[in-house]
Amino acid sequence: MRIHFKTSYDDDIRLFEDGWKLSLYAALLALMVALPWLIDDFYLGEATNVLIWATCGLGLMLLTGQTGQASLGHSAFMALGCYSTVLLMEAGVPFIVAFPLAGIITGIVGGLIAIPALKLHGVYLAIATLALAILTDDLIVMLEPWTGGVGGKFAPPITVFGLEVNRWSNPAAWYYMALIVVLVVTLFYRNLLRAPMGRAFAAVRDSEISAQAMGVNLARTKTIAFGMSAGITGLGGALMGLFAEVFNNETFTFILSIQLLMMIVVGGLGFIHGAFLGAIVISFLPQALSIITDGIGSNVAIPGLEIGVFGVIMILFILFEPMGLYGRWLKIRTFFQLFPFARKDMFRRQKSYLKTERLR
Amino acid sequence: MEVLQLLISGMANGCVYGLVALGFVLIYKATEAVNFAQGDFMMLGAFVTLGLVNPEFMGIPFWFALPLVFVIMGAFGYLLDLVVLRAVFGQNQVAVIILTIALGFILRFSAGLIWGHEPMSLHSPLALGDVRLGDLVLGMADVAIIITTFLLTLALWQFFQRTKIGLAMQAASQNQMAAYYMGIPVKRVHGMVWALAGIVAAVAGILYASKGAIDPNAGFIGIKAFAAAVIGGFGSLPGALLGGLIVGIIEPFAARYLPAGWSQIAPYALLIAVLLFRPHGLFAQVRVKKV
Repeated sequence: MRIHFKTSYDDDIRLFEDGWKLSLYAALLALMVALPWLIDDFYLGEATNVLIWATCGLGLMLLTGQTGQASLGHSAFMALGCYSTVLLMEAGVPFIVAFPLAGIITGIVGGLIAIPALKLHGVYLAIATLALAILTDDLIVMLEPWTGGVGGKFAPPITVFGLEVNRWSNPAAWYYMALIVVLVVTLFYRNLLRAPMGRAFAAVRDSEISAQAMGVNLARTKTIAFGMSAGITGLGGALMGLFAEVFNNETFTFILSIQLLMMIVVGGLGFIHGAFLGAIVISFLPQALSIITDGIGSNVAIPGLEIGVFGVIMILFILFEPMGLYGRWLKIRTFFQLFPFARKDMFRRQKSYLKTERLR
Repeated sequence: MEVLQLLISGMANGCVYGLVALGFVLIYKATEAVNFAQGDFMMLGAFVTLGLVNPEFMGIPFWFALPLVFVIMGAFGYLLDLVVLRAVFGQNQVAVIILTIALGFILRFSAGLIWGHEPMSLHSPLALGDVRLGDLVLGMADVAIIITTFLLTLALWQFFQRTKIGLAMQAASQNQMAAYYMGIPVKRVHGMVWALAGIVAAVAGILYASKGAIDPNAGFIGIKAFAAAVIGGFGSLPGALLGGLIVGIIEPFAARYLPAGWSQIAPYALLIAVLLFRPHGLFAQVRVKKV
């Protein structure tokens, strides 16, 4: 067990607790950079997929895990990010400008949507965002001149500083692009958490009343959280659409936002690691299932199997491990760190009782 | 005449939405949780009836099968609460939302596995025949749906206002701990309301299946029922029915008089408009506490 002897206030807000943590993450980064030489093109594509899901997951994590607002409408922001990137590129804006710009546009739209949505909370917010996601599907069809409607759109070729990033001819370049995006987003997220705004987010999540008492402006904080979350998810959605190369209204259905929400719950709500672990689960689940069904010897594809299995995993997690995969890891780590002093009830939740939201 | 015809068919559709919305509201009113799988409950109810009644399955006469369906769906709701939902008792609503969404996925998957993904039709005595009133042609199913829904809403409304159990349910949602102090067995009350929601879902499912075919994805009408429940004011039973009727009536009229594409959007656009201007629905249940 490592003991931290804190000698300055900066110790509390360092990006990395100590040299050991720093070296661990440096090793992870080195591994990620070396990945194209270690695995073949198919798995590199899967790794890219994981990174893209993780970007989207980080976006939703900021809202749901950090600020405590459930959203079932993030597929709308993914669609917005994707279509605005592609439309900007078609208008002649280079990718390197269009991509962040699309994130900013999505963030601003997200913030604007948040202003009325803030009057709502809990169930109402979930339903309003769900309606938003469903509306997006229909809106894409109705705005056919721009979005291509049901026929969809093809992603234009991406060039970054003269280098063509193509999924088939140059998978490593795509992988590095996704890696850079995810790194920037993670650093942004991590730094936000130690800034006053991030602290305000957590305060709103833990108790709105206490947050208000501490001088946090609820409406402003939630709007900013919604906007930032939408922006990051928009970036992820843009990567997802471009990676798929063809996309239409069916690519971004509300099912996608439900998957996204389930992903971060399985990974661990409120942890950056959770978004990545959840992304790994959601990306590799289809492969794992097809390997299992092949192993049993059935060649018939069972429709809806993937989503059904995901539902079962989801319920098992909420019932037995509400803190998700990362929470499980924390428990195991604590057990070994404190050995033999870890107690079973260290992570037990306090008993709580609900009160109605209808009386205020 | 055309307007009247549209109105009636819209009302029949709306009543089905209203019935599903009634299920949401029941559970919300008593447990302060929202069952995102209520639409899938309805689908399950329809399929259970179909499995009992249709000649290719068990072939039990419809009116004998009916109580059996209610018992099965009631038991299903109670057991679901006992096994799954009691684990998140007292936790915030987001946990229940995610849990019930996952449940919906599982129900849809299992129904597809058991009964297949092809649309099937229920052999229901309600599906036969028309009623003629002058120029107006009404399906028997439509008339049955409208009458059943109104009676059921009235009965449930009175149940919540008048009976001891109904009041206990309301108390259990308003403040769980205080309800315990008053001697209400909160967990058992939750189980009872889930059973009740299962039965209401079965009624909705049978009526829905009498109107047309049913397939595992039928549960998605739950989303429109959400719109209905929110428009009516979550937590108000007559509000749920009214919301369902509004959504149901808007749809055929938007399809008839507005450009293509608008009819799908109309219910959700209305939902968002209601949330903007009357955030707690038409029959608002939110009151400011007097201190």
